[in-house]
Amino acid sequence: MSRRAFDPFWLVLGIITGSYLLFWLGLLGAAAVHSSPHDLWHALQTREIRYAIWLSLITCTLTAGLSLLLAVPVGYLLARGYFRGRVWLDAALDIPIVLPPMVVGLCLLIFFQTVVGHLIERVIPFTYTIAGVVLAQFVIGAAFAVRTMRGTFEHLSERPENVALTLGCTRTRAVWLVTLPAARSGMFAAASIAWARSLGEFGPILVFAGATRMKTEVLPTSVWLELSVGNLEAAIAVSLLMVALAVVVLASVRLVGERV
Amino acid sequence: MIRFDNIAWRAGAFALEKISFTVPAGRYGVLMGRTGGGKTSLLEIICGLRRPTAGSIWLGDHQVTQLAPGERGLGYVPQDGALFSTMTVREHLGFALRVRRRPAGEIARRVEELAGPLGIAALLDRHPPGLSGGERQRVALGRALAARPQVLLLDEPLSALDDDTREPLADLLHRVQRETAVTVLHVTHQRSEATRLADVLFRLDAGQVVETPLNDPLYV
Repeated sequence: MSRRAFDPFWLVLGIITGSYLLFWLGLLGAAAVHSSPHDLWHALQTREIRYAIWLSLITCTLTAGLSLLLAVPVGYLLARGYFRGRVWLDAALDIPIVLPPMVVGLCLLIFFQTVVGHLIERVIPFTYTIAGVVLAQFVIGAAFAVRTMRGTFEHLSERPENVALTLGCTRTRAVWLVTLPAARSGMFAAASIAWARSLGEFGPILVFAGATRMKTEVLPTSVWLELSVGNLEAAIAVSLLMVALAVVVLASVRLVGERV
Repeated sequence: MIRFDNIAWRAGAFALEKISFTVPAGRYGVLMGRTGGGKTSLLEIICGLRRPTAGSIWLGDHQVTQLAPGERGLGYVPQDGALFSTMTVREHLGFALRVRRRPAGEIARRVEELAGPLGIAALLDRHPPGLSGGERQRVALGRALAARPQVLLLDEPLSALDDDTREPLADLLHRVQRETAVTVLHVTHQRSEATRLADVLFRLDAGQVVETPLNDPLYV
């Protein structure tokens, strides 16, 4: 078997990719070796951080579920709906992705100072509450989930759904019986992306839900609070925990997503 | 019977105008035409998946132009089958009856009844990714026939198959039509299929459909 001729093109691409990966591994490695595993473990055992871990896990899961509930119909409309103004709607739904996170928090805060906002808060108080944490995560997480679901529906052929219509289904039933089961992996990916995005959400939560310990403190808030009092060990411990969670989510999307 | 009565349809620069032709009840109609000439669009107009800009569609004695696809009483086999990727062959064959909320026993009997003659009895628990091209078309055909439609629409059902698979499937289409007396409209760009299967032959050319004698040496 003859060896392929050496091509410096691939070598250059390999060096660029390797350097980028090395840079990231260097950053994570530096954080990991800064403290001993014992200190890190100890930091994670504090009452406040344990609360933040649970609050993060619960709010991210709620946000992922809510984001998926929104992303499935909106993604379907964007992928399969043919109507005037679709391009503008598509662009408008990207606004939360491109807005600075702090601005999203500020918009939420101001909205709930309006008459409509006050009326909503009579039923569910959002400002500086756990519900506010979920809402702040949802505003951004849902935008990412919508992107993912739109892509999923665009890649699925319309024809099986059309055949289901000819076999007696209404459009709703055809989507339910044929399209949604085929979109399972996309739905899993959309929920995972919303979950992972929510886990790292900080700006809007800080502005809209506050950073009150044992109340609205999620993991990114913990990093900020611990850093602000000079407790680097705890900040690193929480950061590494978030990295580990992000890796688990990424790996799940890759492994489970292909099988679902 | 399938009747097009002055049907017009337009998509961008492409247009079909004043299309009128009839496939008599219980006959095997073949519509020939070049790829991209609008054959699939005509089938989708019959199905109700595309709305014509003018004219009417008749299936039997009923004008169905305004009816939803599922109310038209037809079976549709699109190109490459368009199978449901998450369902087994058994679920495909039972789908139309399940949608009509028929009892489980009736669905099971109908599945067995279809699977034997279609040669897919051994595949009932398989999913589409594990099926060959010919098997996929048989499943799509069974799915379309399950609710005993009065009209069967076939979009290039043999085009993607190799010679060894095409012949038996052509035999099967012929036999199914004869045994069920379903009115068939089969679109294709291949003359050999037309001569083999057609009771009545039509040609779609430059946006017009004309009936062509089966023995016309110019076309067949």
